[in-house]
Amino acid sequence: MTQDQVKVELKESDVQKIKTICAEFDNNGGELINVLHKTQNTFGYLPAEVQEVVAQGLNVSVAKVYGVVTFYSYFTMIPKGEHPISLCTGTACYVRGADKVLDELKKVLEIEVGETTADGKFSINCLRCVGACGLAPVVMVGDKTYGRVAPEMIKGILEEYQ
Amino acid sequence: MAYKMHLLVCGGTGCQASESAALVENLKKELEEQQLDSFAQVVMTGCFGFCEKGPIVKIIPDNTFYTQVSPENAGVIVSEHVAKGRRVDYLLYKNPEDNTPIAESKNMNFYKKQIRIALRNCGIINPENIEEYIARDGYLALGKVFQELGAENTIQVLKDAGLRGRGGAGFPTAIKWELTRKNEADQKYVVCNADEGDPGAFMDRSILEGDPHAVIEAMAINGYCVGATKGLIYIRAEYPLAIQRLKIALNQARNYGLLGNDILGSGFDFDIELRYGAGAFVCGEETALIHSMEGFRGEPTLKPPYPAQSGYLNKPTNVNNVETLANVPVIINKGPEWFNQIGTEKSKGTKVFALAGKVNNVGLIEVPMGITLREVIFEIGGGIKNNKKFKAVQTGGPSGGCLTEKDLDISIDYENLIAAGSMMGSGGMIVMDEDDCMVDVAKYFLDFTVEESCGKCAPCRIGNKRLYELLDKITKGKGTKQDLEILQNLGGVIKDTSLCGLGQSSPNPVLSTMRNFEDEYHAHVHDHKCPSGVCKSLMTYEIIPDNCVGCTACVRVCPVGAITGNKKEVHLISAELCIKCGACMERCKFDAITVN
Repeated sequence: MTQDQVKVELKESDVQKIKTICAEFDNNGGELINVLHKTQNTFGYLPAEVQEVVAQGLNVSVAKVYGVVTFYSYFTMIPKGEHPISLCTGTACYVRGADKVLDELKKVLEIEVGETTADGKFSINCLRCVGACGLAPVVMVGDKTYGRVAPEMIKGILEEYQ
Repeated sequence: MAYKMHLLVCGGTGCQASESAALVENLKKELEEQQLDSFAQVVMTGCFGFCEKGPIVKIIPDNTFYTQVSPENAGVIVSEHVAKGRRVDYLLYKNPEDNTPIAESKNMNFYKKQIRIALRNCGIINPENIEEYIARDGYLALGKVFQELGAENTIQVLKDAGLRGRGGAGFPTAIKWELTRKNEADQKYVVCNADEGDPGAFMDRSILEGDPHAVIEAMAINGYCVGATKGLIYIRAEYPLAIQRLKIALNQARNYGLLGNDILGSGFDFDIELRYGAGAFVCGEETALIHSMEGFRGEPTLKPPYPAQSGYLNKPTNVNNVETLANVPVIINKGPEWFNQIGTEKSKGTKVFALAGKVNNVGLIEVPMGITLREVIFEIGGGIKNNKKFKAVQTGGPSGGCLTEKDLDISIDYENLIAAGSMMGSGGMIVMDEDDCMVDVAKYFLDFTVEESCGKCAPCRIGNKRLYELLDKITKGKGTKQDLEILQNLGGVIKDTSLCGLGQSSPNPVLSTMRNFEDEYHAHVHDHKCPSGVCKSLMTYEIIPDNCVGCTACVRVCPVGAITGNKKEVHLISAELCIKCGACMERCKFDAITVN
């Protein structure tokens, strides 16, 4: 799934939810990033349609909202998988072989970084340092952390979620 | 109720990933079942630093330090140690030299040379309980500032102590505070920069997770000294545990009257809000950070005007890093003379490093300035993993450089690291061994920079991309002699012409590896070889006929059918078809496959 393929039709209740979030921050354009954090927490991601409502609510241009969403890696325009996989690519994990683990993940799931599998089950993201360098390389599935991961372990880890 | 015994369990991110939360639950349950819960209590603390051996359990008062404790070990700790006072030997740390157990952390090489100032409470107090912080002289410094010192003397104390910013550049903290103080305005702000973006550095997060009140107290002092009534903590949204502990700490401080109006009867009003970063490395730069807090893309702007003149919402703003702030209360309590006798002539105090990579003891360490890299890597770090050969140590993250064997005896301070071609940075220290390819390492950091460049100025946006492409070309064996020259020149231009610190330092990993590992670059370019065997495109897998018994294991495992050969005959790998995945080599039991 890529950014362009995501098309959403927002229900009236969703529009209201976004407007409420904007109102909580006094419809203040300076609070854009806080509003986006809260909106993403609510919807899981920030598709173009959602961004339009946010722009209206805060009285800023859609271009500004889009500019901010695409600037920060934490914001995503694609829904994450049911079990989002995050791979740490911090330096400690890199020197202990995170790239090989990533290659294996991509191979097994047949998706690239930032994409979600067609069945919506898994998505891959790269993080910069989880702070668990003693366990490098580190992979997170949802909230669960797997340490000292070797490429051979990937299939076993994924099977836990099948 | 006073407990006779305390079981301190590390609740840092690393140990939580190894199930320390379940361990805490099990310990509590065991205490209850064995009716010892009025005798001993379990406390979840911040990071002990010894992440390699986590989860850690430390028992007070006898200071026993258990390592790699799993939730299943809860029973034996309670029935043996708590109930009968007998140490559980097999859970103790083993001295790597002679395998004898060491019971107390102060006798371990990992801790012997450390001095913990910024991390003074991490691993000792429960970060979610303000009273434990107060019992360790918490908020004493704030009272002292109000009643004895006053704003100007406090700044003088920091100046005498010689405290410098721990976020990277090492700018004298007192001067920054003084500048903000001098600028008149109806509203000023103090900001704590907790946007720790260096891959491989996690000291700020550990301080916030283990001792959030230290930062809050320092910010209140900071606000009082510069005349700001509002504080903001800009923290990465990726640090949920640190955010949660900060929120708890902020509420407690408000309830105790240590934040809010008329703090401790001083007439000073001060409160702190959290602002969330959203994953942009450049936001560690203070002007970019301020733009991000204002709701814009985190793009830096030219200085001057400095934030001290015109920062957040165009008001004077004082930005300090987490670790810098954590030092402030101690300096005020113990005095500048105490602080400035630690360290070197120009760099005072201690520095926290995240020691990681190919060392035996990965972890968070705090050492006095002036210690040598050799002491850090070989004594505290316990040397290189698997007895491999030390090759390089990378300090300063993506802005720093790689230092080698010849630099191991320089004493660590801001100036010496820069003179050696690297920098202090926020404190990432990644050790590499003979298996790491330095061209690939440079490429790794450039990949990071390209991704994180904000795109505002051309040298950084376009230049770093070109650097990356050249490095990529070299790791694929297609580099030329001219490419090496271009790398050198372009690196210089990017350093000289970029707008902010990110671009001005981004070529450092390339330039420092080119200087220290020239041979490796030449091997890639001229001989089309990767001496460390990392760069896939330059590898060829071959079968050693003398070792091959013809078992066909490799033939079956090869995903692209590049290996041919019948049973009991010597096999052959087709160099054209081979995708260099290494599966055959892993499978072969006879060491009959080699990489060149």
